[in-house]
Amino acid sequence: MRSVQALAVAVLSVLIISDVSRAAEPKPGGIFRIYHRDSPGSASIHEGATYSLNVPFMPIFNNLVIFDQHIAQNSASTIRPELAESWAWSGDNKTLTFKLRKDVKWHDGKPFTAADVKCTFDMLMGKSQQKFRQNPRKSWYEQVEEVTTNGDYEASFKLKRPQPALLSLLASGYSPVYPCHVSPAEMRTKPVGTGPFKFVEFKANESIKLTKNPDYFKKGLPYLDGIEFTIIPNRSTAILGFVSGKFDMTFPTEVSIPLLKDVKSQAPNAVCVVEPNNVSTNIIINSTAPPFDNLDIRRALALALDRKAFIQIMFEGQGDIGGTMEPAPDGLWAMPKDMLEQIPGYGPDIEKNREEARKLMQKAGYGPDKHLQIKVSTRNIAVYRDPAIILIDQIKSIYIDAELDVVDTAQWFPKIARKDYSLGLNLTGNAVDEPDQSFYENYACGSERNYTNYCNKEIEKLFDQQSEETNVDKRKKLVWEIDKKLQEDVARPIIFHARTGTCWQPYVKNVTIMSNSSYNGYRYEDVWLDK
Amino acid sequence: MFAYIVRRLFLMLVTLFGISVIIFVLLRVVPGNIVDILFDAAGFVDPADKANLERELGLSQPIVIQYLHWIGGLLHGDLGYSYVSEKPALEEILPRIPITARLAGLALLFSASIGIPLGVISAVHQGSRLDYALRVVSLSGLSLPSFWLGLLILMASVSLFGTMPIFNPNPKTWLEALTIYAVPAMAVGFRSAALTMRITRSSMLEILRQDYIRTARAKGASEASVNYHHALKNAVLPVITVIGIEAAFLIGGLIVTETVFNIPGIARFLVEALRWRDYPIVQNLVMFIAVVVVVVNFIVDMLYAAIDPRIRFGD
Repeated sequence: MRSVQALAVAVLSVLIISDVSRAAEPKPGGIFRIYHRDSPGSASIHEGATYSLNVPFMPIFNNLVIFDQHIAQNSASTIRPELAESWAWSGDNKTLTFKLRKDVKWHDGKPFTAADVKCTFDMLMGKSQQKFRQNPRKSWYEQVEEVTTNGDYEASFKLKRPQPALLSLLASGYSPVYPCHVSPAEMRTKPVGTGPFKFVEFKANESIKLTKNPDYFKKGLPYLDGIEFTIIPNRSTAILGFVSGKFDMTFPTEVSIPLLKDVKSQAPNAVCVVEPNNVSTNIIINSTAPPFDNLDIRRALALALDRKAFIQIMFEGQGDIGGTMEPAPDGLWAMPKDMLEQIPGYGPDIEKNREEARKLMQKAGYGPDKHLQIKVSTRNIAVYRDPAIILIDQIKSIYIDAELDVVDTAQWFPKIARKDYSLGLNLTGNAVDEPDQSFYENYACGSERNYTNYCNKEIEKLFDQQSEETNVDKRKKLVWEIDKKLQEDVARPIIFHARTGTCWQPYVKNVTIMSNSSYNGYRYEDVWLDK
Repeated sequence: MFAYIVRRLFLMLVTLFGISVIIFVLLRVVPGNIVDILFDAAGFVDPADKANLERELGLSQPIVIQYLHWIGGLLHGDLGYSYVSEKPALEEILPRIPITARLAGLALLFSASIGIPLGVISAVHQGSRLDYALRVVSLSGLSLPSFWLGLLILMASVSLFGTMPIFNPNPKTWLEALTIYAVPAMAVGFRSAALTMRITRSSMLEILRQDYIRTARAKGASEASVNYHHALKNAVLPVITVIGIEAAFLIGGLIVTETVFNIPGIARFLVEALRWRDYPIVQNLVMFIAVVVVVVNFIVDMLYAAIDPRIRFGD
């Protein structure tokens, strides 16, 4: 009897194991249907600055290196080779050399070589004849002296000084290699890549279609026959489409926390994840003109913020408080909590902070009988408008009466550049969880995206110091020090870091949503549909 | 009559010229252009890059030269290139016209085929329960915004049938094709049908009180003949005017309906193009809509003459 039982158990175990292995075996075929939140301006990733471009077009390309597509937290240790077989730093950390794969072809059949790498990065650095219409990430390659090739399958980045962050920048979804033989204009309309999917068509405001690249250098991949993005700007329609099964996945990180509840109630089998997206909501202050040229008023403003209230109202508690760098545990460079709470305005006792703020306001000549009248400018988009309204409410407690000034998207940046604002509510997204990208882009003297023109030469020295530091622990401490100083200087007060949701149908396998960037996780080469 | 038609045609041309100037100037008066928007997305402006791009797109030329360039191209069938997609504007606009035309046509058909008969019934049964019920329906039609109604239909569809009539460019069956267009057409045509019904009702009530109707009845004409032959034929004139005006206003309703039902027609495309300040698309699309409106009005005027022989054009 016992032997019969043992046999039955053994048979059952074999069946279960075989079933599990069968379930885990990727099934080729199928079209992955995703709705897209808006119509991207072009198909050229290098010329865009929104992940509306990365999501549909990243599957067309490859980078030299890429963040592991199945590890949510991007970091130096999750960087994997892609078009490069390997990479090596020189002894002085000033040259990064990539050995390239020899079996890669562009979608039009031409071979991929080191010349394409040189072409791409020369164009990004503004050194080539051909120019991008826009080049928003030129500053990423500020420290690259030149890109050289050694034969067809080796390319080197020669740096002006050591910059360990370069590898992370190259691993971003924003760093694909473009073909030399295709013009930037063609890349905007009919992109050619080496990636797992080929471009089929892009109908503005309608759809984007990609098809499987049968000659992809990673044998057996991709599993999908194609990917189709249906452009649905109306969020309610898009969510209803997902709930009714018209789509396999929502647009990544586009489902707000309140909407997530609706999705889960209407499609209980859907798999939904909520992740931080490394986008901070912050205040930009015009410190070149009254009243915010007065440091006391700027400090009072920072002290008046009740960050938890913002997060509670907007995200039902699912958001994070931090400095410039994305908060832990998903952010790699976040200040420790005790250090963060030492910064004025970050302490838990909001009333005490505001009392201090009121004293500063009174020192500046304002009080219960004399309120400061200002406008809070922001873009006419809900994610901007909503926190601006909460901000207006909060600063009433420190004798500031503010009026909301909503600005059309086309006018937002020109207005900020003209300094035609006193207080603005802004969102800052980071493509890579990397201090070099964040600090130089947003806080360096003269940087084009340093909207407030904050300029502190002492801190800038620290920017360079951390950028050159190869020891991660030492670098982290420097980054914390910088971040703390930026907050104390009220350079661009960070209110909160958002979290957003993504949902997919249960039969969609191998999708990973990154937890410290919204720009890097859309290669989709091994995504498959268990249908 | 001939002179009237010539005069109307001349007026049409003058109107279209005026519209072309207004569109062109207004678009450029609105702050920001495509270059601002492109750089806004990038988060910064490099003045040299901006100037290059403006030169490349012809935006640095004087406005009069830009206008002449556009009109000259238009007369030769060259609508220019979309700033965003960099494809010929004609290539972008043409495939979208049939989609919106089908939707608008169905909406107007729905509006007329529902609105006129219900208006007549309501007038003929004035003061009855049926009349009150129909008036409530028509009032609700006027009160419900079409985007809200559209969303409600979509939600009900998902909740009841587990699917929704979302646009598919290649429907497999005629039923699917009909659903794709009919449901949004009903959503957008409901308001129009309600308006048509109310106009028909009030016009019919006025006509039914006329002496010649009483005479017709006295001569023994049947109720159906009185209502539909004698009364409706005379009551329908203001209804045609309203339908003509509604055809022009429909584009406004279609913008939201195309957005809610995700239909890639010209109405939604126009809004997107406007958002990007894609001048070649916006200018040509608005001109196209203007031509449609002007032509529809012209046809309505001609219909007047055909339907009501009392109307004489002063020639």
